Amino acid sequence: MSSTPITARFKLQFPASRHERFSLDVNLKLPDQGVTAIFGHSGSGKTTLLRCIAGLHKAPGGHLQINGETWQADKKFLPPYKRPIGYVFQESSLFPHLTARENLAFAIKRSTNRISDTDYRQILSLMGIENILNQHPSELSGGERQRVAIARALMIHPRILLLDEPLAALDFARKQDILPYLERVREQSAIPIIYVSHAADEVARLADHLVVMDQGRAVAQGPLKEVLANLDLPIKLGDDSGVVIEGRITERDVDWHLVRAEFSGGSLWVRDTGEALGQVIRIRILARDVSLALQPHDDTSILNRLQGEILEITPDENEAISSVKLRVGNDYLISRVTHRSVHHLELAPGRQIWAQIKSAAVVR
Amino acid sequence: MGFTDADINAIFLTLKLAGTVTCLLLVIGTPIAWWLARTHSWLKGPISAVVALPLVLPPTVLGFYLLIVMGPNGVVGQITQAMGLGTLPFTFSGLVVASVLYSMPFVVQPIQNAMEAIGERPLEVAATLRAGPWDTFFSVVIPLAKPGFVTAAILGFAHTVGEFGVVLMIGGNIPNETRVISVQIYDHVEALDYAQAHWLSGAMVIFSFVVLAGLYLFQHRRRIYLLPKGV
Repeated sequence: MSSTPITARFKLQFPASRHERFSLDVNLKLPDQGVTAIFGHSGSGKTTLLRCIAGLHKAPGGHLQINGETWQADKKFLPPYKRPIGYVFQESSLFPHLTARENLAFAIKRSTNRISDTDYRQILSLMGIENILNQHPSELSGGERQRVAIARALMIHPRILLLDEPLAALDFARKQDILPYLERVREQSAIPIIYVSHAADEVARLADHLVVMDQGRAVAQGPLKEVLANLDLPIKLGDDSGVVIEGRITERDVDWHLVRAEFSGGSLWVRDTGEALGQVIRIRILARDVSLALQPHDDTSILNRLQGEILEITPDENEAISSVKLRVGNDYLISRVTHRSVHHLELAPGRQIWAQIKSAAVVR
Repeated sequence: MGFTDADINAIFLTLKLAGTVTCLLLVIGTPIAWWLARTHSWLKGPISAVVALPLVLPPTVLGFYLLIVMGPNGVVGQITQAMGLGTLPFTFSGLVVASVLYSMPFVVQPIQNAMEAIGERPLEVAATLRAGPWDTFFSVVIPLAKPGFVTAAILGFAHTVGEFGVVLMIGGNIPNETRVISVQIYDHVEALDYAQAHWLSGAMVIFSFVVLAGLYLFQHRRRIYLLPKGV
């Protein structure tokens, strides 16, 4: 793998409406593999950033380099149709006058390196769309349309895959339908994926690298685990705040449908989702599901207890609540507890503490 | 009874005129419609107004000016004479030029509306799939704006068949050259030959009805077809 990262520098200012001005000002270095999530609330500029990368939005004076190739610099601006990108839009973007198959053919016909038959069939089965190829977009469900759109983006062998909230227009059930397909893309393609989203759960599930956007600025960027454990994020996640831990399955309790996932700070019992022993799973632990105790308690319903050291205590946006960041092994946990508990338990940085984890969701 | 030879000639002349004008208008009107649909220029308003002028002007006004401009002393007339083409008034070519201008809004507006309805997204999608501007225009814009083109062609054709004032001003009444159906009917009525006038007029009513009914049916079906099946 080459390690030339993706560098993107854009400065843009335009009136979003009569009363407010919008500006984008970012300078990013992104890894050239895995999923980079651009996360932020609506209006934070994340879609504009993606459009700048695709060339759909012209940011004069911007700079963009992908794997050593310059797409934008000084006077140079590669038009979008000359950039080897796969782009999936938020809502259905299939051409309504073409069938699903013809939509795919549209992309293949224009791609510079023609896709092989094997790859073509593999993408079809990856997206599970073999049986709907002859239908027009108007005959497909929202989820099916989005799967065809993702397949179409993959058909051109893109150098980079750009996804602009591909699930945002879908309801919960359809989202759950598509997420596994996106995970397969993530596992099977070696190209970098930039995933724009405002949904913390999607990000926790898919991302390896995280860029947090707020008011047109990238306010935090880095590996997912580190950024999520950062208490100083200027955007408040509230109930969504939490960390992601990756653990290897070492034990299976068939009777109770649980597996034990080992990570640097110990191990966690989580719901058995069918992964084999030895496999690495991703576990999301929300801050609100972590409580703190000075002693380990055996007489509770809580299955998972981890010992850690308090690193930092910061007030939450909610005035009764504090966020406590712990180190467990090489990983971090965040716990949301009341100020009163902080005072009562005399919590302070450096103190050893037991974290009781009420629920830990296997996200992958 | 039935159509006289002169009537048949008028009918064929009219169809030839309308066919020529429709083809020319689709070629000329498409880029104008595309520009009007996409531009943010301040010129959009004035140009739209010029294209739409024939909708409100009496045909005699348009015919009058064309007569002057294309006449021996007019700008266009001087050019056509210098090119050895003579002058255009009272010729079939002159009639074509006048009809193109006169029917322009009926062709440009449906195409422009259809192109505006496409929106930005399909063009952006095409760009991300490596389609350049020309490619996008022919493989995305034209297919998606097809209903607009069909409407434009039908309206352009039908409106040219139905014109009278401009023809009389610029074409006069020359058999096989400028004597179209509407002029022929006028002649019949002038000559108090009401029976012949009935035949041609009746044919025009039926033709116009069939064309418009077909058009509305097409637009109605189209709308249903375009409805998505829910998200």
